[in-house]
Amino acid sequence: MPLVNGGKIADDSFVKLAVDTPLPEGGDILVPAERFVGEAEALLKRAGKVGVIWPNNRDIDELVPYLGKVAAIALVFPTFRDGRAYSQARLLRERYNYRGELRATGQVLRDQFVFMLRAGFDSFEVKKQADAEAFMQSAKRYSVFYQPTGDGRITALHRRMQLRHSEGVGT
Amino acid sequence: MYAYDEIDRTLVNERVSEFRDQVKRRLSGELTEDEFKMLRLQNGVYLQLHAYMFRVAIPYGTLATKQLRALAHVARKYDRGYGHFTTRQNIQFNWIKLAELPDALEDLSKVGIHAMQTSGNNMRNVTSDQWAGVAPGEIEDPRIWSELIRQHTTLHPEFSFLPRKFKIAITASDHDRAAIKIHDIGLRLIKNEKGETGFEVLVGGGLGRTPFIAKTIKHFVHGRDILSYIEAILRVYNQYGRRDNIYKARIKILVHELGIEKFSREVEEEWQHIRNSSLQIDDEVIEDIRSRFTYPAYEKLPHMPDELRQAAADPDFEAWRKNSVAPHKVQGYSIVTISLKPIGKPPGDATAEQMDALADLADKYSFGEIRVGHEQNLALPHVAKRDLPALWKALDKLDLATPNVNLITDIIACPGLDYCSLANARSIPIAQELTRRFANHELANLIGRLHINISGCINACGHHHVGHIGILGVEKNGEEVYQITIGGRADESAALGNLIGPGVKFDEVADVVEDIVEAYLALRERPEELFMDTVKRLGVEPFKERVYATR
Repeated sequence: MPLVNGGKIADDSFVKLAVDTPLPEGGDILVPAERFVGEAEALLKRAGKVGVIWPNNRDIDELVPYLGKVAAIALVFPTFRDGRAYSQARLLRERYNYRGELRATGQVLRDQFVFMLRAGFDSFEVKKQADAEAFMQSAKRYSVFYQPTGDGRITALHRRMQLRHSEGVGT
Repeated sequence: MYAYDEIDRTLVNERVSEFRDQVKRRLSGELTEDEFKMLRLQNGVYLQLHAYMFRVAIPYGTLATKQLRALAHVARKYDRGYGHFTTRQNIQFNWIKLAELPDALEDLSKVGIHAMQTSGNNMRNVTSDQWAGVAPGEIEDPRIWSELIRQHTTLHPEFSFLPRKFKIAITASDHDRAAIKIHDIGLRLIKNEKGETGFEVLVGGGLGRTPFIAKTIKHFVHGRDILSYIEAILRVYNQYGRRDNIYKARIKILVHELGIEKFSREVEEEWQHIRNSSLQIDDEVIEDIRSRFTYPAYEKLPHMPDELRQAAADPDFEAWRKNSVAPHKVQGYSIVTISLKPIGKPPGDATAEQMDALADLADKYSFGEIRVGHEQNLALPHVAKRDLPALWKALDKLDLATPNVNLITDIIACPGLDYCSLANARSIPIAQELTRRFANHELANLIGRLHINISGCINACGHHHVGHIGILGVEKNGEEVYQITIGGRADESAALGNLIGPGVKFDEVADVVEDIVEAYLALRERPEELFMDTVKRLGVEPFKERVYATR
């Protein structure tokens, strides 16, 4: 599954661990939520980055104490129809100021990229190679946004205000 | 009317180009039907019994004449020459080819019309009172707020993949013509004691398999906080709404299972986190939207012009005027409801020719504006009273002057088994038969206000639960069977109807309705007692007796 990071197809430095896979010596690891919560102290002490795979039906509040310490959070789209992880992403970015890698995993398709980017995802495990290749094109599909989210893009409402004020200058 | 600016137009164009790409990928096989399904639904495209069905949004039911002409153009060029106006202030076309859909959307986009989110598990077309801005006594034009919410909910990055569809309706009048109590969120515009504009917020209404009347979640939310409050409701729903069972995924089930108190606590907690965020709306933003709604330059006209006085001698005109013309907030003007329920025709259908002709009439007599109501009728919102006789004659020629608004033949019906892949029974032929049975205007008038709603399946697109007489078609042992309820209503006193007894066969439905009506006429205390009031006073029993005594 190709990974898109920073807008480009990138190598994935993280190795995914199952609940019972022995811990490797070094290297970056992505750990399921229950294992992460159970072994957080030991995991965070070792060399290499630690990320967590957080399911979409588990309260994000539980993860809050660790936000300064994890290098990546992978949220899950079990099907592209299940949008719970969009809410989790916005909470992480906007309410809890999480600034590390926020990865979309599961049924991640081109037609959802814009929504995901706006919700705060910056890393994508894309299901289809062609979609990963079309990432930038899809990401630029829209130039107008109606709602404020934590992605900092100016909304239509505020762009109108700016236009109105700039038109007022010199008249 | 609301005027789209360059920003709105850009978004619609970008949406059309995205959909064109998606259709291309579907046709080439790059997208599977499962992947494409959600994408086409988000663009208003269903796969129906015979063909693709295309549902176009008419936000808060307001149309400009050029927009109505564009809909006529789509009906003519891409469909079979007609469209069907629905209970969601939308129009549907039933015979469009997938490959031609992007072109149809592009043609519509030129006049500021789109089909975004008319289907799918996202926030649907925001609906409102079809008399918004012209109804006497309303708090203020609810479309300003409808438009604000329309924008906010369009391509929302958090709520485009909800557990199920989500519907918001807004009213600003005491008499609720927007049916807010049968919506996921219902908003009633009010003023608080300081004179500030805000909303009573209702939540968890809906029909379908498990009908509920919405409950008040908050008595007053200030206008500046309405987006954050809606966002809080949606966030709670998105996280906790059931996804394990499609029939239990609507917010009404979550509200019911948690109870309104617990649900409102969850929402309140969420809201406190976000109410002072960038979601707060400043007055300048509201004023900007308000400034893009333009209103006609009304003339100073007499209350009773000569033209109207003279026309009153014609009983046919008078029958229509009494039935279809409502008071306007400006003296000398009226709101005219145009019945799309001619005797013997499918409710809500209009031909391309009728749409074009109606656009001409709206230009001539209604400052270029048309409204679509959830009762599947249209309205001309600003007709000078002196023009009423001329307008009536013109409408009559178009078969659009049937004087049956709010009477027994003003039937709301879904397309049913004739078109819909979900339906179990026919709706349209039942509606047609009933309109023939009660075609006599004197009789219909004697009966008075009586709403019949027909659905061809449990999904309740015909809103049968809230019909004064509700008819629900189901399938039993390979046969169409119809369950009859009475006492439902969708207005400010919204209630669900009660079943009168066992279901009846297709060809018995009209007889049963006649029995119910006869029972009502015999039981009412005086001619002014409406059907609804008699049912309320006496309950189901006497009607049940009348219907089943001989069956």
